[in-house]
Amino acid sequence: MDKIRALIVDDSSVMRKIIERSLRQAGIDLENVVEAGNGAEALAALRENRVDLILCDINMPVMDGLEFVRQMGAVENAKGVPVVMITTEGSESHVVEAISCGARGYIRKPFTPDQVKEHVVPLLGKKV
Amino acid sequence: MSVDTSAAVRSREENWQPILELAVEEVFEIMVGSRVKPAPRSEHKTSAGFTAMIGLAGSLCGVLAVGCDAQTAKQIAKGMLGDIVTSEEQVSDALGEICNMVAGNFKNKLTGMDGRCLLSVPTVISGGQYQLRSLAGGDLLDVCVLFEGAPVAVRLELHS
Repeated sequence: MDKIRALIVDDSSVMRKIIERSLRQAGIDLENVVEAGNGAEALAALRENRVDLILCDINMPVMDGLEFVRQMGAVENAKGVPVVMITTEGSESHVVEAISCGARGYIRKPFTPDQVKEHVVPLLGKKV
Repeated sequence: MSVDTSAAVRSREENWQPILELAVEEVFEIMVGSRVKPAPRSEHKTSAGFTAMIGLAGSLCGVLAVGCDAQTAKQIAKGMLGDIVTSEEQVSDALGEICNMVAGNFKNKLTGMDGRCLLSVPTVISGGQYQLRSLAGGDLLDVCVLFEGAPVAVRLELHS
């Protein structure tokens, strides 16, 4: 099993810790976790770090998650990296918008570790 | 009839109170690992050591607030994070996320709100020497649950 480098984007530091714990509970072997508090910080983090997976909130100050997903394609390190949105915005229109922006998965808060496993592990392919 | 008025009317016609109660129960069970049940607010006076608030705008306008005493807020944060909770900032952050998830879970359970109701980022007040006055002036949904025996008040004020 490969070790996974993850970028977790959420304006709540508590939620970032919970998402990291959920990834570990899902059986994902994390080598490194980079945290960002909004989309702009996440773009900056991506320019300096290679990651295998991005989990991203939508409602955040400065730059929201949808705008981040739109802009991350311009960052070399982000090419081909799957993004899963983890958000309270659970409406169908938000899901459609997120997917059209480039997200590969969508998890509604509140969430269980099993839901994280179900949505994230298939995206990692042979790495897990 | 404005959109806001129809939301206030819907809250009465469709009885949103149990929907809000369910939204609160689910958030505590899944994210805090604790089963909570609604309790009569009149029997449990809450002293607001921490109050988290979040605004709703669009087809559903108003403010949702979650309040409890400081010790209860710390226990909620520990339920979410474990014993690594040490700072007031972490406690505020945790209660803000509870408020955020209750609001999101509630609106996701309502039919016909698809994408037309947006949430603000949460705000958390610590201390009890304040009075919260919403300019909503509409309907009020009030839920009180007991978390480890202590009351947690959840209040949704809808714009009229």
